[in-house]
Amino acid sequence: MVDAFFNSGGGREMKLRDKFFEFNWGFLLLICAIASMGIAMLYSVAEGSFDPWASRQAIRFGAGLVILFVVAFVDIKVWMSLAYPAFGVALLLLIAVEFVGFRGMGAQRWIDFGVIQLQPSELIKITLILALARYFHGLTLDQVSRIRFLIVPAVMIALPFWLTLRQPDLGTAVLIVVVGVTLLFMAGLAWRYFVLGGIGVIGAVPVAWSTLHDYQRQRVLTFLDPESDPLGAGYHILQSKIALGSGGVFGKGFMEGTQSHLSFLPEKHTDFIFTMLAEELGLVGGLTLLGLYFMVLMFGITVGLQTRNQFGRLLAMGITINFFLYVFINIAMVMGLLPVVGVPLPLVSYGGTAMLTLMLGFGLLMSVYIHRNQEITRTPAAFW
Amino acid sequence: MLTDSTGNVRFKTFSRRAAIVGGVQLVVFAGLASRMYYLQVLKSSEYQMLAEENRVNMRLLAPLRGEIIDRFGVVLATNRQNFRVLLIPEQTPEIEETLTKLGRIVELSETQWKRVLRDARRSPAFMPITVSENLTWENFAQVNIHEPDLPGIQPDVGETRHYPHGSALAHVVGYVAGVSERDLEDEDPLLKLPGFRIGKSGLERRLDLELRGSAGASHVEVNAFGRVIRELSKDPGTPGAQVVLTLDMDVQQFATEQLAGQAASAVVMDIHTGDIIACASAPAYDPNDFNVGLSHAKWQSLLDNPFHPLVNKAIAGQYPPGSTFKMVVASAAVDSGLIDPKQQVHCSGKITLGNHDFHCWKRQGHGFVDMQGALMHSCDTYFYETAKRIGIDRIGEMARRFGLGGTLGFEVPGEKPGLVPTRGWKRATTGVPWQQGETLIAGIGQGYLLTTPLQLAVMTARLANGGLAVEPRLVRSVGGQEAERSVAEPIGVSDKALALVREGMNLVSNSPRGTAFRARIKEPGMSLAGKTGTAQVRRITRAERDSGVLSNSEVEWRRRDHALFVAFAPVERPQYAISVVVEHGGSGSGVAAPIARDIMRRVLERDPTGEHGVGQTSAESARPNSGRES
Repeated sequence: MVDAFFNSGGGREMKLRDKFFEFNWGFLLLICAIASMGIAMLYSVAEGSFDPWASRQAIRFGAGLVILFVVAFVDIKVWMSLAYPAFGVALLLLIAVEFVGFRGMGAQRWIDFGVIQLQPSELIKITLILALARYFHGLTLDQVSRIRFLIVPAVMIALPFWLTLRQPDLGTAVLIVVVGVTLLFMAGLAWRYFVLGGIGVIGAVPVAWSTLHDYQRQRVLTFLDPESDPLGAGYHILQSKIALGSGGVFGKGFMEGTQSHLSFLPEKHTDFIFTMLAEELGLVGGLTLLGLYFMVLMFGITVGLQTRNQFGRLLAMGITINFFLYVFINIAMVMGLLPVVGVPLPLVSYGGTAMLTLMLGFGLLMSVYIHRNQEITRTPAAFW
Repeated sequence: MLTDSTGNVRFKTFSRRAAIVGGVQLVVFAGLASRMYYLQVLKSSEYQMLAEENRVNMRLLAPLRGEIIDRFGVVLATNRQNFRVLLIPEQTPEIEETLTKLGRIVELSETQWKRVLRDARRSPAFMPITVSENLTWENFAQVNIHEPDLPGIQPDVGETRHYPHGSALAHVVGYVAGVSERDLEDEDPLLKLPGFRIGKSGLERRLDLELRGSAGASHVEVNAFGRVIRELSKDPGTPGAQVVLTLDMDVQQFATEQLAGQAASAVVMDIHTGDIIACASAPAYDPNDFNVGLSHAKWQSLLDNPFHPLVNKAIAGQYPPGSTFKMVVASAAVDSGLIDPKQQVHCSGKITLGNHDFHCWKRQGHGFVDMQGALMHSCDTYFYETAKRIGIDRIGEMARRFGLGGTLGFEVPGEKPGLVPTRGWKRATTGVPWQQGETLIAGIGQGYLLTTPLQLAVMTARLANGGLAVEPRLVRSVGGQEAERSVAEPIGVSDKALALVREGMNLVSNSPRGTAFRARIKEPGMSLAGKTGTAQVRRITRAERDSGVLSNSEVEWRRRDHALFVAFAPVERPQYAISVVVEHGGSGSGVAAPIARDIMRRVLERDPTGEHGVGQTSAESARPNSGRES
């Protein structure tokens, strides 16, 4: 019964027990270590209390682990067959959020299902990766670079981009494009497209710039350089840099961060949690976390390289790149290298939806890993 | 599937590109790590400083202002507990309701009410707002009892300046008040403390820096909203220095009472040391009012009062010395060698110079008078004649030796110089050369001459102490450090002249024919020697003189004569000098002399500077302080 669900038939059958042995426990240890650092920081944020954040985050992480296991043991072919429907549902939710979504943090992103509040823009990224992986799985390398085969992925990327941009959630919209374009790259899209695309973007900037009004330009400049507005947008970045810098090599000590505990640091339990970590645990703590993240990335790429089906390879890379982008944008943001966009630090920032979608992604990655030796026929692409 | 050729190529491409993506990730992470290194290692000390600046706030603590006490330790200016009620908005569920409840215990005016609500809106909710200050102990105790019913109300005890003797010392000690815009030129950060008071008048102003002390500081940790989390360190600062005055508060109080109801002033000093025993000016004001903030109506009434309560008449009132100046003229005459004091002058009631008559106060004249007789009777004719003979230059020179015509370096701000006219001065100010008639007028202390009561007391002291240039001193010590005192040099007047003048003054008071005989002190060993003065304010016309000079009670107050009296005592061994000036008081003998006598008797009874006699300057340390308030 159970095996029947976890195996969709076809190819070499795997018993649930085999899958259990194939599961990469080292990776599990890795994400547990990262999540533990996050829970410890949330304990510190609450002035040495598990309430209200650390305990709830631990429970969510536990629930996430369950999801990870379930998703990992489901046969990769099941996920492949669910790729398009899942993307479709996510797309519909994204459209629905236009009508029934409510505003949180100034942007229209959430759907309240009573039990849980859903953030369709989180779901769309995972399902987009699934759908693109599914699509390119069916193409030969020659087909990938043909224009007519590019129409479908272009629409698949453009539609959620446009919808999230409307919310308005510029951060997620940009992430969707970057993840999508990277997957095109991994699928083997010819270099000339990237060169042309790069030239096109660079060429379009001055044109777009010249059409903007002065106040719009000012807004863009403030967004790009928050420190030009030290009392407004720049205040948070400045305080974040002070917190980081004052941490020094070994930090001020666990629960001893002055910037964080005296509220100079904004959003310290969510977007700016890395700053707090680096303030209290110093360069050593920051580099440790960065190292753990890098190990996750290396694991993801290794999974991609080892997998013997294109769907799994692209899925593994897509999830890895998505994860990488989160880590990069968040840390670069708190260090003042990127404008402030609301991107959480994976596994560490407090937040339910982010944690669950992240664990869903890791579950898929693990599923790819467990089924890495399965070969899947290159079924012709569904759309022409 | 492995044979799928496109699959193989696909995989190879994928692997190559995965390596590129992995490489990019490595580079990006290296970039993040180096940024961390830059911030946390290279720039760390800079950011550590900024973090400290964020976290640590310095709060100034106002030092306790120094006390001012008199020579016997009686407190003249101190700090009193200021019972006040504060409100912390965040602890109050409903501000208006709490204020209504509080209003049943403490009276709250409409403006106070509005101000509290306005402050509550403007400042952070954890910042205490002052609701009411200077409560009575009863009210304050009641607020304390009802505190549980008054959420957010916090009874608090602050410090406020207090002058226990009120108006009696207003002109000497002065007062403190809030810091004005102009005061901020002083860089002391204390001045920016809300509610800080600085000396605005009197010794409070002159010795403000000494009395103020230096600021303490409390370093506190604050959060981003400015709320204090904890105190890191505290330096209480240095309290202001204690100032000891030469004053005897008992005499000061007594003198103030004697002057009450008049526009008058009195100065008592030790003739040997210059110690000011009393320095009173009436009317005065209550300096405590300025501390809490004077109402506009009260301020206006002080300004409008014709008796000028804001002016310290003892040092800033300038009056013609009248006949009290005759000692100076007599001394100048004796030392000029041009006058034989024994030689008599005939007084017919007037003297004629050119086509001008100069009248003696006694219409029918004094007949033949010598110098001592002229002093005793205060004969004007004798001094017209004497002044004419010795000239204005000698008179002016002698006047300056006695301390007239210039400031004396008194510690209380606002001292006026008076005026001793010279030929050069007359030409410079009026463009007209000196007239001989003006010398005659100066001979009886009228005309351009102006003196302050302080100068008159100093003049009398120098007469009585054997011609030593004693200077008035009010501050004995600051913070335990004795004020500097220069040795009094001889002023350059002969003993012969001084003895003669002193005997003349003795006759004024103790000869039955003297002008101040009725105002003598009868107690043995306490008798004083004085000189009356009646300084004319208005010009008496020839017509009025013909029809009989109007008495002072017949003219309006502003045109009446000033009444003056100067004296030293005891006659046998002088120790104290006094001057009393009653503005428009009428006659010196009738008004000023009795006041001076009563004050001097009080001084002699108490003998604040020690045994009668020269050289006993610090005997008061042996005097018990028991029985005095402190």
